[in-house]
This record gives sequence, C-alpha cells and structure tokens, in this order.
Amino acid sequence: MPKQIHLAVHFPGVNNTTVWSDPRSGSHIEFASFVRLAQTAERAKFDFFFLAEGLRLREQGGQIYDLDVVGRPDTFTVLSALAAVTDRLGLTGTINSTFNEPYEVARQFASLDHLSGGRAGWNVVTSWDAFTGENFRRGGFLAESDRYSRAARFLAAAGVLFDSWPDGAVVADRDRGVFLADGRAGAFAHRDEHFDIAGRFTVPRSPQGRPVILQAGDSDAGREFAAATADAIFSRHSRREAGQAFYADVKRRLATYGRDRDELLVLPAATFVLGDTDADAGERAAVIRRQQISGQTAIKLLEQLWNRDLSGYDPDGPLPEIDPDVSTEHIARGRASVRMHRDPVATAREWRARAEAGKLSIRELVIEVSGRQTFVGSPRTVADQIDDLVQCDAADGFILVPHVVPDGLDEFADTVVPLLQERGVFRTEYTGPTLRDHLGLRRPAATRAVPTG
Amino acid sequence: MSRSLPLRLAVALNGAGWHPAAWREPTARPADLFTAGYWTDLVREAEHGLLDFVTIEDALGMQSSRADGPDERTDQVRGRLDAVQIAARIAPLTRHVGLIPTATVTHTEPFHVAKAIATLDYVSAGRAGWQVQVSELPHESAHFGRRVVETGPRGVQDLLDEAADYVEVVRRLWDSWEDDAEIRDAATGRFIDRDKLHYIGFTGRWFSVQGPSITPRPPQGQPPVGAPAATGLAARAGADVVFTTPRDTDDVRDIVGDQSAPHVFADLVVVLDGDAQAARAHRRRLDDVDGAGFPPDAAVFAGTPGELADRLLRWHAAGLTGVRLLPARLPADLRAISRGLVPELQTRGAFRHRYEATTLRGLLGLPRPANRYAEDSVA
Ligand SMILES: Cc1cc2nc3c(=O)[nH]c(=O)nc-3n(C[C@H](O)[C@H](O)[C@H](O)COP(=O)(O)O)c2cc1C
Repeated sequence: MPKQIHLAVHFPGVNNTTVWSDPRSGSHIEFASFVRLAQTAERAKFDFFFLAEGLRLREQGGQIYDLDVVGRPDTFTVLSALAAVTDRLGLTGTINSTFNEPYEVARQFASLDHLSGGRAGWNVVTSWDAFTGENFRRGGFLAESDRYSRAARFLAAAGVLFDSWPDGAVVADRDRGVFLADGRAGAFAHRDEHFDIAGRFTVPRSPQGRPVILQAGDSDAGREFAAATADAIFSRHSRREAGQAFYADVKRRLATYGRDRDELLVLPAATFVLGDTDADAGERAAVIRRQQISGQTAIKLLEQLWNRDLSGYDPDGPLPEIDPDVSTEHIARGRASVRMHRDPVATAREWRARAEAGKLSIRELVIEVSGRQTFVGSPRTVADQIDDLVQCDAADGFILVPHVVPDGLDEFADTVVPLLQERGVFRTEYTGPTLRDHLGLRRPAATRAVPTG
Repeated sequence: MSRSLPLRLAVALNGAGWHPAAWREPTARPADLFTAGYWTDLVREAEHGLLDFVTIEDALGMQSSRADGPDERTDQVRGRLDAVQIAARIAPLTRHVGLIPTATVTHTEPFHVAKAIATLDYVSAGRAGWQVQVSELPHESAHFGRRVVETGPRGVQDLLDEAADYVEVVRRLWDSWEDDAEIRDAATGRFIDRDKLHYIGFTGRWFSVQGPSITPRPPQGQPPVGAPAATGLAARAGADVVFTTPRDTDDVRDIVGDQSAPHVFADLVVVLDGDAQAARAHRRRLDDVDGAGFPPDAAVFAGTPGELADRLLRWHAAGLTGVRLLPARLPADLRAISRGLVPELQTRGAFRHRYEATTLRGLLGLPRPANRYAEDSVA
C-alpha cells in the first residue's frame, strides 16, 4: 500500500511570490478571498488551510517595504469565521510564542477547536526580534537563545491548560442540577523559568483534546523542538535530496522522545505551475518568475544580501562591484530570510561570478538564485513528482502556496487531485471530522495533573 | 432631542442567560453552550427581531458566585469560549445584526485586539464593535503571572488609566492605514503607497506601540466601542456606546445628562411571558432553584412584552437612545424579545420594520469617521 499524501493550502501572506499584478489576483484582505480559497481546498479534500503571521510591517532602508502584498488579517478571527463556511477542512494558523501569553492563546485555540468541531491547528513560531517587539508590551527583551526555551515552556503551559478539564466534565444534567462533574474543573498550576501561572481555565477540553501542533523552524534547536512536541513540520526543503536528508534527520530525532516515526509529519512548502504540456508549464513558469522578480524587486532582494542602498543600480545591468556591508545593522527589518545569508561577502562573490559566466543582469541573476517553483509541468507530471517525493520519503505531503489568490488553487484541484486519487494515494472522501483524523494522528489522552491546595 | 431618534435595541448574550439558574429551564440548551450551533441560533434569533446588535460577554476568569475568586460550585454554568471568536464564527451566517464581543484590556495586547476587531469587521462586512472590559481580579492576574494588579482605589484608577491608553492605541492602529493605501500600481511595482501608512508611535506608562497595524483599516473605519458608564471608563475612552444601569425614569434623566457618548443604553435584565403573573412566577422559580438569590448589577424586569414596551418608551422619552436587554433565560427571553417585544414596539411605531443599514455604524446612525492621519497629511 503506497503512502497516503497529505495536502494543505497556504493563503499566501507577505512575500514576493504573490503575483498581485495578475488580472486574476483578488483582494488579500476581503473575507470572500479566504472563503474562496478554503472552499476550493475543501472541495479537493485537502487536509488543512494554513495562515502565516507577521506582527510588524517589513522595512528596508528605513521605510516600509511596499513592493509585496502588505496587510493581513488576525489569525484566530479569520479561522473562526472560516469554520462557518467549511465543514471538514483543518484550520491552522501561525501564532507566535514570544508576543503572547499561554493562558490567552490556549483559550483561543481551545475555543477555535470547539467552534470548528475539532479542526484547529497551531503553527508555533518563535520570532523574537526587538523590531517586532516594538508593537508589544514585552518589547524585544528575549535573547535569540531563549526563544525556543520560551516556546517549549509556552507549549508545555498551554498543554496543561488544554488538559485542565477532563473529558466529560460538563454534565449539564438539569434535573439533578449538576452542571459540572467536578467543581474544580479547569484548575491548573504551571511553573518554570518562563511562566508562573495558576488558576482556573475557562474552556472545557476541546474535540481534538489539543490542537494539532505545527512547527516551522529550521535550526537544530527548531528541529529538536519539533521532534519533542510537534505533530507536523512546515519545512522549506521541497527538493528530493534536501528533503530526504531533512526528513531522515527529524524522523531520527523522534526516538529520543519515545515517539513513533508517523507521529511527526514532514510537510514542505511548495509552489506549482501547471500547463497542458510540460513545455507549456515551463513557459508559464518563466513568465511568472519575471512577474515575481520585477526590476525593483531584484534590486531590493540584492540589497538584502549587500546590506547597502543599491537604488542607483540598473536592474538590467551588471552586479555591483562593491562588497556587501557587514559592519552595520541590517538594512532589512522584520524578515526571517536575511539571516540565511551566513557569509554575505562570499555569497556576493559567487553571485558575481555566476552572473559574469552567464552574462546575467541583476534581474536575471536574482531570478536564477531566488526560490523557484517546486512543481512545474502538466498535471500528470506534477502528480508524478508529488507522489514520487512522498514515496521516497522526502516528505509526507505538501503545503501548497498558490501565486494568485483567491482562485490559484482551482486548476490544481481540478486536474492534479483526481490523478492522485486515481492512483490511490489521496483520499476521495474525508474519513473523519477532525484535523487529527485527516492527518492520522491520535487524540491525546489528557495527562491531567490536578494541582492540590 | 433624542426623542426624535428611533429607539435602539440590543441584547447581551451570556451562557444560558443572566440568571444563574437559567440553564435548568426546560427550554435551555446547557449541553450546547460550547458549540457553534448554540450561538448561531441565538444571534439569528436576535437578527430575526431586527435588533441593532448583540454583545457577547466574556472574562479572563471563571464565573463565580463569589467576588474574591472562583468557587467550586457544580450547580451553575462554568466555563465559556472566547467571545471574539464566537462573534467571528457567527458573522458569515448573519447579515445585519451588529456583533460586539467583549475583549479584556488588562493583561492583553492592544496590537492583537486591534487586529482582531478589525478582522471581525472584515468577516462581518462592517458589523463589528468592541466592548471594553478591565480585569481587577487577583485570580485573573494569576492566569498571566506577570503582574499583581493593585487593589483599592489607586489600583482601580491605574487599571482605568491603562484601559484609556489601550483604547487610544487600538483606535490609532485602526487609523494607521488610510483607506486608499493599497494602490497596486504596476507601473512603479508598488502594492501600497507607504505614505498612507502611519506609525502611531504611542508611548505610555504601561506599554508603547509603534505600529502600523498589520491589518488594513477596517470597513467601518472605526468599529464602535462600548463600555460601562459606572467606572468612568466610557467617558475616558470616548466610547461610542455607554451602558448604564438606571433603576427608574428619574435615574434615567440624571444619567443621560452626565454622558457625552453618542449613545446611552440602559441595561435591564428581563424575564418575559405573555402573562404577567407567569413572568413573575418564572422569576420566583429561578430564584428558588438558585437558592442564593440573584443580585445582578442591573435592574430586573419581570412582566409582559407590552409592559416592557411601556417602560422602554418612558426611558427613551427621558433621553436614552437605546436599551440593552439581558435575557435572564436563553433562549426563552430572547425569543420573547424578538417575537413579543419587537412586534409590540413596531405596532406603536417605535421600532424598525426592516434593517435600514448594512453596517453597525449605519444602524446606530454614526457616520464613518475620517482618518485622523489622513487629516494630518492634508493640513
Ligand atoms: C516554512 C516556514 C514558514 C514560516 N512561517 C512563519 C510565519 O508565518 N511567521 C513567523 O513569524 N515565522 C515564520 N517562520 C519562522 C520560524 O518560525 C522561525 O522563527 C525561523 O525559522 C527561525 O527559526 P530557526 O532558527 O529554527 O530556523 C517560518 C519558517 C519556515 C521554515
């Protein structure tokens, strides 16, 4: 029996891959767009809908970054509203563990799980930067090294809250006058180096017991955190070799925590471009790449490596001769990816050499080196690729990011999904009501430790 | 002057109703309190009655019969879901009624609440509001474990000062995007005009917030803010709707004179029945079942929809713009409001026959406000 593929859709957030200038591109904030994408995903029997989060508008060169889609809704509020217009689709959202408190977030996720009939999922992220902190009470005090320790304790504290009501605590027997089985339902206490909280949690145990936990960090600490606590990893390794290496690495880590291989799913982010034939799709992909990397965007992306104002350069001209500035604070703020350039000077030299060898302009070079479409081809080719990557253990499935909303998933739903269903690697009907059911994850038993006194 | 304005009518939704024994009524649905269906049915009933809005009550701590902390009673409703999410869950299933969830300002982040209410405004197409609540309870502080809220008059004053700052920050965040900030200008490659986004740069005693919001300005521009009159918070925060608790018509006259908000609503707990004797018997039965009695903050009315209409119209004539009814029993008293009181008021020409606006501000007769930052840039 082949492995079953998991598929999710990511409502694209703030990035340069969304082609907002496409005539089919709709609103990124009107609720109708969210409804449309979610209902398409549900029609295609996807596992879940995914929302990213960023808590401060990005800046570059001291100004708000204006070339990409800017603006997004509140995660919980949109997901709750989507629960009203979908029936089975999982509803997962990114919520930061640095700029929130466990009591509030646990209450929100438990509420979402009740209001959606067991479809909630939480992507725990750990951004810590002081720049984002300027929007919050806690400010930016958290040292980089402390963020996963806070995230781990945050999740542990939330777990205590999720489990604070035993199943069946609400009796609601009006004849006997018994509403609660136990007058201390929801009593909790949790104390560690980050949190010291106690009291009564107000939300009964939710349909899934706990929301599905996703994790999206890539560092060693991030992978360890995922192996210890997550149900699924949202990874950025969607290619065969890198995917297999990542997959093997995180699955190996599970044993340390007494967990089975199938208790943590690996779901890389993936984009796709379809065409009638592979050649058509290739041409469409090239057009989309140019739309994604305009001349202005090419300069801005180059500035993120060079850490200098390069606005005087011609995107159709050669790369700058000067080296990146590594002496100052970074020109781009509120962006996780800038830290990917570990050695900017070496990378710049490599890019320059590559541009000279291929006679590439700035824009052409940036198109070459920046992320590319994961799946490009006819529906059959794409179905083959997806199935192959899952069967060879490069992934357990994918979180697809369309480059146009709200109808950028339609073609995939109509052409690729039926092919995957034909091969018996993707469901034709939902088999259960909850997100845990879709992902093949058990409902956790409440590990209840009732505080005394 | 307010005599000429139409009467506004709202209900406050809370668990199985405001009476602690309400959940034991034959028509109550106590096993459904944590389901979406329960709340959807209630809000649809309010919309059936053409009400202006519902408020959805909430708190950061457990309901209790004691003032100083949670109790361990098993014979009353305990537990509740997050009110903003309940409102969002209902929004796509209703079309006209305003949705005003409670969100607490003590211990929470103005940035999060600002985007949550703005998003509620998007998912409801302009029907969101926000009921501001402070938490002075030590056991609620313990849920966060970060600060001890000082009790006594000074502590309360601090909480109200903080709440006023909080509301100011939320309002600035709602305005931090001008309405036409999204330009999608393919020629220059710009998705937004960043000159139309504004740092709010708020610095106060409890927090500082830089902004702009991550969520564009909500459809109503500024969703209406509601707050209780009692603490003075409504006045400090410049609430659009202030909730008061008059006992009688004289009280109404005194209260109305003190308020500067565009809307002064009276809170009134109601137990209704077509037969006055029966209504009063319901109330007695509820009190008997509960044993401990029922001392709500607001006045309690038990009677027929016709008697209630008389009272509301007297209060309206004395200057109130609206009334928020607190159904003692859900759904029973809500149905009596939407199917008994409302037709009664309509017959007397005192209430709408159809919704005349699609937004909450529209229903309340409040104009869509200009953006404070846009004015700056014009000046
Ligand atoms: C695929 C992917 C998606 C992510 N999505 C978000 C997001 O929506 N919001 C956010 O604040 N961080 C997001 N992150 C950032 C991570 O949570 C984390 O902060 C970052 O990867 C740094 O952690 P690391 O050092 O473990 O990689 C994402 C990371 C990855 C790999």
